[in-house]
Amino acid sequence: MSEAGVRTTMVGWMLTMKRIAWLLAILFSLAPAPAIAGDAQPNEDPQIEARMKALTEQLRCLVCQNETLADSRADLAEDLRREIRKEIKAGKTDPEIIAFLTQRYGDFILYNPPVKRTTYLLWFGPFVILLVGITVLYSYLGRRKKLIQDKPLTAGERKQAEDLLRGPV
Amino acid sequence: MNRFLLIPLALFIALVAFLLIGLQRDPHEVPSPLINRPAPAFQLPQLQEQTKTFTAQEMRGKVWLLNVWATWCVACRDEHPMLIEYAKSGAVPIYGLNYKDDRAAALQLLKEEGNPYVLNAFDADGRVAIDYGVYGAPESYLIDRSGIIRFKKIGPITRDVWEGEILPLARRLNTVE
Repeated sequence: MSEAGVRTTMVGWMLTMKRIAWLLAILFSLAPAPAIAGDAQPNEDPQIEARMKALTEQLRCLVCQNETLADSRADLAEDLRREIRKEIKAGKTDPEIIAFLTQRYGDFILYNPPVKRTTYLLWFGPFVILLVGITVLYSYLGRRKKLIQDKPLTAGERKQAEDLLRGPV
Repeated sequence: MNRFLLIPLALFIALVAFLLIGLQRDPHEVPSPLINRPAPAFQLPQLQEQTKTFTAQEMRGKVWLLNVWATWCVACRDEHPMLIEYAKSGAVPIYGLNYKDDRAAALQLLKEEGNPYVLNAFDADGRVAIDYGVYGAPESYLIDRSGIIRFKKIGPITRDVWEGEILPLARRLNTVE
């Protein structure tokens, strides 16, 4: 292949890459759009939607357990969003709505577990372990310190040390 | 051997034990907050006779099983023949909550494959199921004479669950006042 031939292939290749990059950019900008479109409720009050979204982002979908109620496309999640919308319209406060859900599905639905007797270990366990660690470390270091005893140097040792400190003359 | 080396080893073994226990557990079986609580009240049209209603309240005085099912639910279909068998024994009356289903399809299934239910309530929009904390059909609730939920099974009632848990519990609930 001639040098010019190589150059044209290079240019062509770069053009193709550019085109692919463009296509990818378009593709990525389009991808989330249908997902949003599917869920948008154009007839709903944006204020209600915003509250619903803020609430459902703290809640777990029980069908796909690693998704929030806000993200999940499961049937049940859709039903629960509908119920939450209804509750908001009925003038319920956020804690009331969360209580409505935990009464039915349990604390498991909360991504942020409440502090109560059954969750004390979860909330305070790490601090207890840290405290135990500090105590063990402290007592261990204290014991080691006691093992190091200041023994006075013998005359020979002292002389040897002085010689070393003086260095070669 | 230094006995201090045994401590990390013991901690490691404990960690492995916890992880092993964790592996055996099914994260989809979420404990229901409704156990030992009154079964949520409802009034729904019946599946077979649309003009009639069914309420949980009218079951007072009986120990009964409420089974949430739908024709679109594959696990419910697996459970169906077992339910028929359990119903035949007559030990516990089984009532159905037909969940977000198509009425015609549900009736068709009962006609073709048999009907284990004394009655079926038709929960078209799944609102009653939300009150019961249903998130994956089939789900079953054993409800005692005073209307308290005593046991919940998420997923099909296997023979082990029926014989090992539901039957003994129903027998006990039936003997106490």
